[in-house]
Amino acid sequence: MIPELGQFAVILALCVSLVLGTLPLAGAHYGRREWILLARPAAQVLFLMLALAFAALSWSFYVNDFSVQYVANHSNAQLPTLFRFGAVWGGHEGSLLLWVLMLSGWTVAVAQFSRTLDDTMVARVLGVLGLITVGLLLFILFTSNPFDRLLPAAENGSDLNPLLQDPGLIFHPPMLYMGYVGFAVAFAFAIAALLSGRLDAAWARWSRPWTIAAWGFLTLGIALGSWWAYYELGWGGWWFWDPVENASFLPWLLGTALLHSLAVTEKRGSFKSWTVLLAIGAFSMSLLGTFLVRSGVLTSVHAFATDPRRGVFILVLLVVVVGSSLALFAWRAPKVALGGSFALMSRESLMLAGNVLLVVACASVLLGTLYPLLIDALNMGKISVGPPYFNAVFVPIMMPVLFLMAAVPLARWKQTSIKDLALRMWIPGVLALVAAGLVPSLMGTWTVLTGLGVALAVWIAVSGVIQIAQRLKSGLPPASFWGMHMGHMGIAVFVFGVTMVGGFQEEQDVRMEPGDTVTVGGYQFKMTGIRDVPGPNYSATQGVFEVTQNGGAVRMLYPEKRKYFSSTMPMTEAGIHSGFTRDVYVSLGEPLEGKAWAVRVYFKPFVGWIWGGCVFMALGGLLAMMDRRYRLKVKAGALDAALVKGAAA
Amino acid sequence: MKRWKKRAAIIGGGLSAVGIAAALVLNALNSNIALYVTPSDVMAGKAPQSKAFRIGGLVKEGSLRRDNLTVHFMMTDLAHDIPVAYTGILPDLFKEGKGAVVQVKQMAAGEYIATEVLAKHDENYMPPEAKDALDKAQKNKGGASL
Repeated sequence: MIPELGQFAVILALCVSLVLGTLPLAGAHYGRREWILLARPAAQVLFLMLALAFAALSWSFYVNDFSVQYVANHSNAQLPTLFRFGAVWGGHEGSLLLWVLMLSGWTVAVAQFSRTLDDTMVARVLGVLGLITVGLLLFILFTSNPFDRLLPAAENGSDLNPLLQDPGLIFHPPMLYMGYVGFAVAFAFAIAALLSGRLDAAWARWSRPWTIAAWGFLTLGIALGSWWAYYELGWGGWWFWDPVENASFLPWLLGTALLHSLAVTEKRGSFKSWTVLLAIGAFSMSLLGTFLVRSGVLTSVHAFATDPRRGVFILVLLVVVVGSSLALFAWRAPKVALGGSFALMSRESLMLAGNVLLVVACASVLLGTLYPLLIDALNMGKISVGPPYFNAVFVPIMMPVLFLMAAVPLARWKQTSIKDLALRMWIPGVLALVAAGLVPSLMGTWTVLTGLGVALAVWIAVSGVIQIAQRLKSGLPPASFWGMHMGHMGIAVFVFGVTMVGGFQEEQDVRMEPGDTVTVGGYQFKMTGIRDVPGPNYSATQGVFEVTQNGGAVRMLYPEKRKYFSSTMPMTEAGIHSGFTRDVYVSLGEPLEGKAWAVRVYFKPFVGWIWGGCVFMALGGLLAMMDRRYRLKVKAGALDAALVKGAAA
Repeated sequence: MKRWKKRAAIIGGGLSAVGIAAALVLNALNSNIALYVTPSDVMAGKAPQSKAFRIGGLVKEGSLRRDNLTVHFMMTDLAHDIPVAYTGILPDLFKEGKGAVVQVKQMAAGEYIATEVLAKHDENYMPPEAKDALDKAQKNKGGASL
């Protein structure tokens, strides 16, 4: 009964989204006020319906209703309750339902927090979001219905993939989706602006907080995924350039470019077309990511779909969205007036350079990700593009971006002089060079890459501190200023972490039996025993390790090898001690003869800074969003004037 | 004139950025692509000679042999077997009779030395490259018997 209610709610949601996707847009075009006013209530009802559907599915998981196909495939009576809720989005169908639920959540948020925006604009934005919802709901209903019944009902479910039975994984998909889907709002604002022909500072100001919010969520989502891969997969890496990781990284790169481009559009009125293109691009990348992950063309822990109809459906959706929005862009963009002019050396031009570099970086990652698919589709054989490709291309492209980002906030709009910039940047420059020489040498051997990495991190961090100190002299800066510097500081922390791990981590695969000791990175790892430990739905073999540094405090690590009852698949659970400046990491490989095990031991300096940096970035986004000027109730007579002018046009 | 210069500088800068990126991309692609081959391909001498490549297939039942941290096994597409050795920790799902993909570059003592061994995250899931290898071998056999 409950699953049928859920199913019914999804169908109703489709009907509502059809209304939301058509009438308000038509109303905005023909000036029918009653149609325009439909947008807000429709968005609210849509969210309510999808929340009901999602609750119904969660309930089915909670009560172990194995007569629902999706529940039977992704849960098990022994699965702990917390993971049962995580299992709701542990598979293809449920994760799509989550996707649409979040989309409707963003839609209703736009409806609620846009009281100061004129109704026509709101109707257009909500209408575009409604159209996207229609596409995804059709996808769910026709190819991936989570409420399909299984008759006769299964005795027990076939369980959630043990890899996904982890708290990190409960929050990773929702965060990531919040980001993916959030770019739909930036996209909808851009399309609405194109439709109305009103690409102005007011539009940029409206899009900015939404874009920043989506970007912050995406940053956290990617970081959570990376952290999960680090401690759960037992390989000790934090980024593998796996196509699925890239799929989430592509919208992040374009989203980052979009954030900065929007800033220029708001402040100076320049880059309008470019900003619109980026908004379209960022959302297209989100859809492409969904396609890559969900269509089954890629193989990984995320790829569930083997039904080719699904891939085709998302591909068609992608083509429709990208094609129609680019067509609209080509048709309306020439009408967009150019913004303020700027000199060759100005904050605008430097921002543009950074923007172009980010887009190029995104294109190179996209190429590496799609190239094997392309070659395969052309029947030219099967190939794989490995991480060295991405490192060789991505790192050099990003270095100038990192170099620029420290100095750009100092550059003046319209025109700036290099001499002036150089005068103000000499302290960070000198400190960066000193640190580049010192730090890697202290850690071990100096290499060009570690030197550059440290130099860039210090360059960004020090110039940030100096800029903050200077700004404080003229009173307390607004939240967006703090947000920007917090985000940039996050990048510095991240770059430092990546450089340290990349340059100075130590790794050893060894055969160990109780009593054996191995030294890695100055730490002594002693295996003192191996024992069996029961778990709620698995049994585990646990290694006991004592870790000491030069006779200092003893820390215990308990890596496990788990066997889940519901599958024959073993799982590695690493034993990690995380510190501020390093992680020590032990994971069990496989049993050898007697009590001996193959053991992997890592020393990872500053690895925590990688995710810490991401948290800083997301916090920076949060701060920037809270800036007062986004909440000012029609402070702007100018804004009103722009609206009136637009309505008249 | 000034405007023209500015435009030229922006366009030139953009083009050179794209050009450098393209050069980086092509260079990196060229040296970092690994071709997938099946065990039958390797037997037929179709594997690249001087570059790393990947073999997809099944780990042959009963072929797994451990020598401390080094593992010896056969990759098979049920038509031909290729001996492979790997030193290090294997992924959790690496098992006899299951699909796997190994990246190899050189041979030593009649075995291909694997630098990377991949098995998939899901026990019921076959890497498409492994499946592809089996399908191809199956087809060839079918063709011969017809």
